[in-house]
Amino acid sequence: MSIALRATGVRKVFGDCVANRNASLEVAAGEIHAVVGENGAGKSTLMRMIAGMYAPDAGRLEVNGRDVTGWSTREAIAAGVGMVHQHFMLIPTLTVAENLVLGQEPRAGMQFDRAGAEAAVRALCDRTGLVVDPARRVADLTVGELQRVEILKVLFRGAKILILDEPTAVLSPPEVTELWKVLRSLVKSGGTVVLITHKLDEVIEVSQRITVMRAGETVGHMETAGATPAAIARMMVGREVKLVGDERTAGRMAQAAGTAEHTALSVRSLTVASSRRPNEVDQLSFDVRAGEILGIAGVEGNGQTELIEAIAGLRPVASGSVRLGDTDITAWTVRQRADAGLSHIPEDRHRRGLVLEYSIADDLILGLQHRFSRGLALVRDRIGRNAEERIAQFDVRPATAATPARALSGGNQQKVVIARELRGREFSVLLAVQPTRGVDVGAIEFIHAQLRAARDAGKAILLVSADLVEVLALADRVGVMYGGKLVVTLPRAEASAQVLGPWMTGAMTGGAHVAS
Amino acid sequence: MSILAFLIQTLRIATPYLFAASGGVLSERAGVIALTLEGWMLTGAFCAALGSFYSGSPWLGVLAGVGGGVLAAALHALATIRYRADQVVLGIAINLMSVGITRFFLRLAFDSSSNSPRVPGFDWAGATEGNTTAGLGSLLASFSNPLVLVALLSLPTVWWILYRTPYGLRLRAVGEKPEAAASVGVSVARVRWLAVLGAGAFAGMGGAYLALEQHQFTDSMTAGRGFIALAAVIFGQWEPKRVALACLLFAAAETFQIRLQGLQLLPSQFVEMIPYVLTIIAVAGIVGRSRQPAALGRVTE
Amino acid sequence: MSHPEVSAPARDPWVQRLMEPLLPPLTALLIAAVVGDLLILSFGQSPREVYRLLVDGTWGNAYGFGQVLYKATTLACTGLAVALGIRAGMFNIGAEGQLALGGFAAALVGLGLPAGTPAVLAIPLCVLAAGAGGSLAATVPGALKARYGASEVIVTIMMNFIVAALLNWLVATKVNVAESLHTPEIHAGAVPRLAEVFPAFHGSAANFTILVAIGLAVLVWWFLFRTRAGYELRAVGLQPDAAEYGGVNVGRTWWRTLLLSGALAGLGGINYVLGYKQYYEEGFAAGAGYLGIAVALVGRNHPAGVLVASLLFATLSQGALAVNALVPKQMLDVLTAVVIIAVATAVPEVQRLLRSLRGRQA
Repeated sequence: MSIALRATGVRKVFGDCVANRNASLEVAAGEIHAVVGENGAGKSTLMRMIAGMYAPDAGRLEVNGRDVTGWSTREAIAAGVGMVHQHFMLIPTLTVAENLVLGQEPRAGMQFDRAGAEAAVRALCDRTGLVVDPARRVADLTVGELQRVEILKVLFRGAKILILDEPTAVLSPPEVTELWKVLRSLVKSGGTVVLITHKLDEVIEVSQRITVMRAGETVGHMETAGATPAAIARMMVGREVKLVGDERTAGRMAQAAGTAEHTALSVRSLTVASSRRPNEVDQLSFDVRAGEILGIAGVEGNGQTELIEAIAGLRPVASGSVRLGDTDITAWTVRQRADAGLSHIPEDRHRRGLVLEYSIADDLILGLQHRFSRGLALVRDRIGRNAEERIAQFDVRPATAATPARALSGGNQQKVVIARELRGREFSVLLAVQPTRGVDVGAIEFIHAQLRAARDAGKAILLVSADLVEVLALADRVGVMYGGKLVVTLPRAEASAQVLGPWMTGAMTGGAHVAS
Repeated sequence: MSILAFLIQTLRIATPYLFAASGGVLSERAGVIALTLEGWMLTGAFCAALGSFYSGSPWLGVLAGVGGGVLAAALHALATIRYRADQVVLGIAINLMSVGITRFFLRLAFDSSSNSPRVPGFDWAGATEGNTTAGLGSLLASFSNPLVLVALLSLPTVWWILYRTPYGLRLRAVGEKPEAAASVGVSVARVRWLAVLGAGAFAGMGGAYLALEQHQFTDSMTAGRGFIALAAVIFGQWEPKRVALACLLFAAAETFQIRLQGLQLLPSQFVEMIPYVLTIIAVAGIVGRSRQPAALGRVTE
Repeated sequence: MSHPEVSAPARDPWVQRLMEPLLPPLTALLIAAVVGDLLILSFGQSPREVYRLLVDGTWGNAYGFGQVLYKATTLACTGLAVALGIRAGMFNIGAEGQLALGGFAAALVGLGLPAGTPAVLAIPLCVLAAGAGGSLAATVPGALKARYGASEVIVTIMMNFIVAALLNWLVATKVNVAESLHTPEIHAGAVPRLAEVFPAFHGSAANFTILVAIGLAVLVWWFLFRTRAGYELRAVGLQPDAAEYGGVNVGRTWWRTLLLSGALAGLGGINYVLGYKQYYEEGFAAGAGYLGIAVALVGRNHPAGVLVASLLFATLSQGALAVNALVPKQMLDVLTAVVIIAVATAVPEVQRLLRSLRGRQA
């Protein structure tokens, strides 16, 4: 077995943050190798160093036995190492062909040979079966097409070793199946694939060997044959964990059926525009009752973000209405809604949920600042007391109110957001969007327990998550969003990945709302 | 007033704008804010006067002017690209510095605080300012200054670079999404360095035109022309063709004001405002959408 | 090496806490000083001699010091204006025009009041007018930013030229003294000179507007760090999306901040108009607005820092006159720009260095 990639004792520091401390990796030529670990485990950093984007501070990188430590992207590409990034590295204003040839443009004299570039791309599409029109502008493509362009881009550069960073995050299940097919055929034709992911089912399905990383370090290797999700998860977090998929909610559902009658949140014929289209959310209607969790599943980018922003008051509504209890809040401001009892765990805590430069204490009053002021001035001692209470209740570490939020781990940052939204004020409805994204497994258990406790206390919760397992673990009813519509709503007992899959992909549509 | 004379004067006024705006497009499309056009031009003007004075050749003057612009641009590039300093702050500083340094060397070289001695320029026998009746002769005269021709070619050249060369593709990529360009091995720093140095060369040539046209360097002689060029870049939405039209439009407004001074149709101060007001309207997107290069002003790793 | 945290507390924490904010600007000043030396040497003079003259002519005698205080007063106002904008995530490059319009408005009110209006009434009215004038110049960028998201950098620059042309027209055709570029002297609202209380300042332009500047700095500090509006303003500057999520109307905050910023710059106008010449003169504001950016930068957008930085740049400006016998006074213009460039480049660089040193320790 020849070794295509090897990393030993790699260390990388960004400012205050140690991204890799003792990372190692060994990938055999011709295999699909999975690198797993929680968000923030340092997988992407290690891969980017292999792709030449940064140089390691210490350690050694080898490709096909050659020492390549600290090489550049250009050298990596020349040696046949290509990386498909988690966030698309495409330039929206350029065409597909221009994006593909960027950096090694075909020339005709002094000029850029556009026709030659488009012909070359067409030839590559034919060879790989990944088809995109080379003359289209990237800004006009769908996510699935973007993903294809990303892979084409790497193949165009003659990559023999292909690194994919969380490639399935934005894909629907059939697109994922399609991707696996492409990867397998690549391996068959002599390529090597490294797949970064934190989804264990993908690992089991597609890889031959697995490397597990935790907190910047490599903690284990194993053959996929014979590995179980539980064993991998144990290695990822370093202790026994209860996988969320194991959670049974049957007992709780019997109770919910008996009590919850009062409608806490009611959305009617809601249409919301985005920069892409006028009906990103399209004539959507649903209710959430007090004491239930309505989980909304679906591939990202089907209008979930716009729906939540419209309910929260962050995005204008084109038509339709939102009611909180008996009150129409469609035209209210964010603050009015919050004061009327709407709490919101936002999708992206780094962008919305926290001001990263603010101290924990200051972030614990974001959105509540008017309740912590007298006249014009903020009341500092009440802000301090509030911080101490929340930090203790939610075990935020480090437990110092003056620490800037930026310095906290993902899990602790999310605890600050949740402490504020769940305990900082009275509320009747909670919008919880991707509540455990980028959070370590220990904190996931804690956050799920908090959400269940809130539900049991009679709160209405609208849960939106791209993670179907999470939705199935928490929700009392499950809906699927596709193309801006709620295409199906099912009681938890009737919902499963098999049942929901076709709805998530658009294979089944028609807006048939199964009675709940 | 003859239309020909009007066109000629417009062309002459537009020449420095066309040069500086070419630099502005190059630099801003690569993602580097061109607040510095004024300073690069002023440095170019001074160096051109110096070069022409000492060599006796206006051609060497132009060369020196370009060199001065490139030098000032290199300082800007070093600070903003290599050391990742804020582009707006640096732009302001370079403008202040250009005023100071040209005054300093004006005293050092010519022992004057207001102007240099007369320097050789591009002259043609029949060409005198205000010669409006000569018609064809006057037209020929203005084209006898080779820089006017070069200026007319400058924005088409920038267009060709942007849309027809491999470097232009990279430049547009870097100005829109530098991390994507970097991920395929394009050196963002190198692309930006080249763009900024090129911008300095263009602006320096604009300054050289001013100094040689007036046969001397005078203190702060660019008098805001760099900002008018920047206004043209923005009003022209960073597209070379539209930017060229904006330069000509602004120059035509000025010509109009000069020619109609006697008529008192509109106070001259209000005519001066035209480019700025139009630019504000364009930026606000009140008429049509205005979209600047996505990575403009962004510092990258 | 496996337990590096044991060694961390060994370093005195307050030394580190002082080093982080002070080391970067000190490095920058050192660089500027070296460039200054080179310039002086290029003129065949001794740097020591030139710097001695510079200090003697500024902090070394009451008149020079008075002039420094006078110049620092205007710079403090424009510096505070820029700093406030940056705290809200905006680059107000229009302080130049706002300062001019503020000064002009103060002069207009001073001209409009009947002679003999008591100072307790006239001064506050003129001061109010200055603030309002500055705000007025910031209205257009503020409204366009809030309504259309238009880049305030571009609009404020363009406004500088528009305001300049407008004032030029007004002073040239409406309210001027013949053969001059200034208005008649105001009838009421003059701010007394410092020399009236401290005779040593005799001859210098220093006046009691300096108290206004210091008061404004304290006010801005309190506003930014102790009020709800300041909390919201800083949130908007750091992360507009998070501020919006926190119930803050981002557009309105931008708009209000630009108006406040304009007012701060406009108030700088009273220093010249009420405190020094008693009339508005074309070009009195030249450069002070742009220098405000330098003041805010060197003062790290903190009101206390702004006061210190305004003294620094005022010293360079006044010092230019003092050293003119040895080197051209324009050298100090160059030096001012070098200070800005050095601070803008060295500060982030040294910070990165410090951070990576700390990272290696951890």
